[in-house]
Amino acid sequence: MDETILDAFRKNGLSRRAFLKFCAATASLLALPPAAAAAMAEKLATTLRPTVIYLSYQECTGCLESMTRSFSPTIEHLMFNNISLAFNDTLQAAAGEAAEAARKEAMRKAWGKYILIVDGAVPMGAGGAYCVAAGQSAVDDLRHAAQGAAAIIAVGTCAAFGGVPYAAPNPTGAVPVSEVVRDRPIINVSGCPPIPEVMTGVVVYYLSFGMPALDRQGRPLTFYGNTIHDRCYRRPFYDEGRFAHTFDDEGARNGWCLYELGCKGPVTYNACATLKWNQGTSFPIQSGHGCLGCSEPDFWDKGGFYRPLPAATGHWPRGEVLGGAALGGAVVGVGAAALARSRQQAAAAKSAKEVNSPPPKEDSHEH
Amino acid sequence: MSTETDLLDFARGPALEAALIILVFGMFWRLVGVLVLRRPRDLSEPRVRHAWLGGIRTIFTRMWPRREFRPRILHWEAVSYVFHFSLALVILGLLPHILLIRDITGLSWPGLPTGVITFAAGVALISLLALLAHRATHPVLRQISNFDDYFSWLLVFTPLLTGLMAYYHLGGRYEDLLAVHMLSAELLLAWLPFSKLAHTVLFLFSRGVTGTIYSRRGAQT
Repeated sequence: MDETILDAFRKNGLSRRAFLKFCAATASLLALPPAAAAAMAEKLATTLRPTVIYLSYQECTGCLESMTRSFSPTIEHLMFNNISLAFNDTLQAAAGEAAEAARKEAMRKAWGKYILIVDGAVPMGAGGAYCVAAGQSAVDDLRHAAQGAAAIIAVGTCAAFGGVPYAAPNPTGAVPVSEVVRDRPIINVSGCPPIPEVMTGVVVYYLSFGMPALDRQGRPLTFYGNTIHDRCYRRPFYDEGRFAHTFDDEGARNGWCLYELGCKGPVTYNACATLKWNQGTSFPIQSGHGCLGCSEPDFWDKGGFYRPLPAATGHWPRGEVLGGAALGGAVVGVGAAALARSRQQAAAAKSAKEVNSPPPKEDSHEH
Repeated sequence: MSTETDLLDFARGPALEAALIILVFGMFWRLVGVLVLRRPRDLSEPRVRHAWLGGIRTIFTRMWPRREFRPRILHWEAVSYVFHFSLALVILGLLPHILLIRDITGLSWPGLPTGVITFAAGVALISLLALLAHRATHPVLRQISNFDDYFSWLLVFTPLLTGLMAYYHLGGRYEDLLAVHMLSAELLLAWLPFSKLAHTVLFLFSRGVTGTIYSRRGAQT
């Protein structure tokens, strides 16, 4: 276990040159300055391969599916050269008590130093009974594992913000990792799923430089510093006022802006528009569909994926409510006018009475 | 889970609904209240056959100052027009605004490029500042101005400013500025019926009624 990351490279038949190329490529992916590649190489050459525990709770395995498709660094590269993946119940061959025992042993040996990756929300309802593995609820399991972690990486919107299990009416009382663990550094890598290179890139960044700079949602600014809209190749069409009105009109065929079709790019922070998916092939907007805002909190409960961003989110009966308001206003207006009329009439009557009444006798007592 | 987008959700949801209800309720209250008011009967002989035509004419003739007043007020009238046209362009030309209007009313029309809108918003802001300076320094205007004038000015100025700030990401994250922009516009909508801003609707009726009365008496309107 005292093997450095450079040692692991060499053991696997990779040269120091390959190691340096890996550092340069990863630094480039992270949009770091050229000097950072050298710093990364220096650090990783002496850094021991850290133990990584990957726990899955209320999730769909989409995040792990995504991570296995990372092309730079690849998941295999990461596992064989950079980290020591001690537990992941989907990828590992072992199962049952043997796997659990191996996990406990790995955690015991690296207690206080391992990286904990959590995938999925944590159900708190019914005493945590909605998600139980090896006789232990997810919430108890996470609390215990978090105590020995140097840092926690919450991958996917479910782990970072609650995601789909957290969506209304949230029947299992699901919460994000940050609501269960409050005394450990947490890096949120949100997305449904997150971009593979973002997940692996964050792991390598952490190994090289420690905690990355985070935004107020706890996400690394390197990947979540800009909105999809601001980096979108269709942005010029937004500025020109050219929009697709339906998914099969001329605007859609011409690749114009999808804002009108509900694209949430303007309020979604992620790297989809720059890193893209499947080795930089494409991303949802390039495929003709608006951004769902999947890396943002509560993205399921934002009033509808196809409702334009400025549209009202509430599903209230507009005609009835505003018609009622108009009727109510008219009734109050008539009432106010009637009140004013009665006052006018009273004033007019008083005025007429004063005009018609005989003038008071003047100085009747003076003689 | 509390997030920064809660404010935007509030602005797009309950706040928008409340603002629209107050706007519609208040406008009908004001309008019906004014139209149903008792007016003294005019016992004089009508000088024209259809006085209401004079009312309609007055709506348009009062859009430009009479020759006698032009040397003194024409430049400020022009600034006021620049402001009103720019504001109308911003409100009715920007696609997000059109989508909101479509969502509520079902009405829709093509939007304008954002460059045109941001330019118009800038012009509207500058003209608003000029009009405020004029109001604050003109001895007569200053005397007849009250809280309503200044607060209404602020409520028109703020959505314009925050809208531009949101577009250019100045002074905060987009979603925060967008939320502030929407909330300030919603406050404007709620305030509108109960303030001098009600002239957006009432000017037609006040000019029309005045013009009708004057026409009936044979006065030039």
